[in-house]
Amino acid sequence: MDFSKAKDSELITNYLSGNETALEFLIKKHQQRIYSYIIIRIQDEDLANDIFQDTFVKVINTLKRGKYNEEGKFLQWTMRIAHNLIIDHFRKAKRMPTMSPTDEFDIFNIIKDSRLNVEASMIKEQIEGDLHKLIEQLPEEQKEVLKLRHFSELSFKEIADQTDVSINTALGRMRYALINLRKLMEKNRVNLLQ
Amino acid sequence: MGSITTLENEPGAHCKPRKETVQFLLNYSKALEIQKLSSGEQVEFIRN
Repeated sequence: MDFSKAKDSELITNYLSGNETALEFLIKKHQQRIYSYIIIRIQDEDLANDIFQDTFVKVINTLKRGKYNEEGKFLQWTMRIAHNLIIDHFRKAKRMPTMSPTDEFDIFNIIKDSRLNVEASMIKEQIEGDLHKLIEQLPEEQKEVLKLRHFSELSFKEIADQTDVSINTALGRMRYALINLRKLMEKNRVNLLQ
Repeated sequence: MGSITTLENEPGAHCKPRKETVQFLLNYSKALEIQKLSSGEQVEFIRN
């Protein structure tokens, strides 16, 4: 069977029907984008291969368990798994002590710095993602005030004008939004500190 | 003007995983069996 022009959904259906060749096509179709995404951030060929492998082990497990439901978004879903594994790697690496060279100048310090920046920005991105999901769970009026204040950086006077309420109401909604957000963070165990 | 580095042209941007990594995944997939217990729980088995 020729899968060279098959869509992801067709490859997945065939794979789940027992055609292992479909998985090979699926991996080979996306390997370059996923592996590039990993190696650019990890900068280590062995680790990047490990993370690529772990990513697809999760993909295979999920597909075989019949839990995959991201219709038409296979690549984004797989990239998300890879992204989370990269973050896990950086978090683990941060906890592990490393040997430091004693020379006054070491080129690896410069490389390490840039990798830390990538790490920090990825963790920040993850935290922001978590925070946005929690904000979406707030009551509509509270969500609106919080977004206008923090993301659009409007003053409470401007928020009051825009939402057609008094400044006190806008302030009150903001206060409840923060209280509820804190509760949601505790409930979902989201930690905003890096 | 010097060249601009982007994710697209950064070293490693067009690499692929090793052949043995992909081969491992294909072997893993063939060996993996998901069985459903009477309790409804799914269990992964790796066949030899």
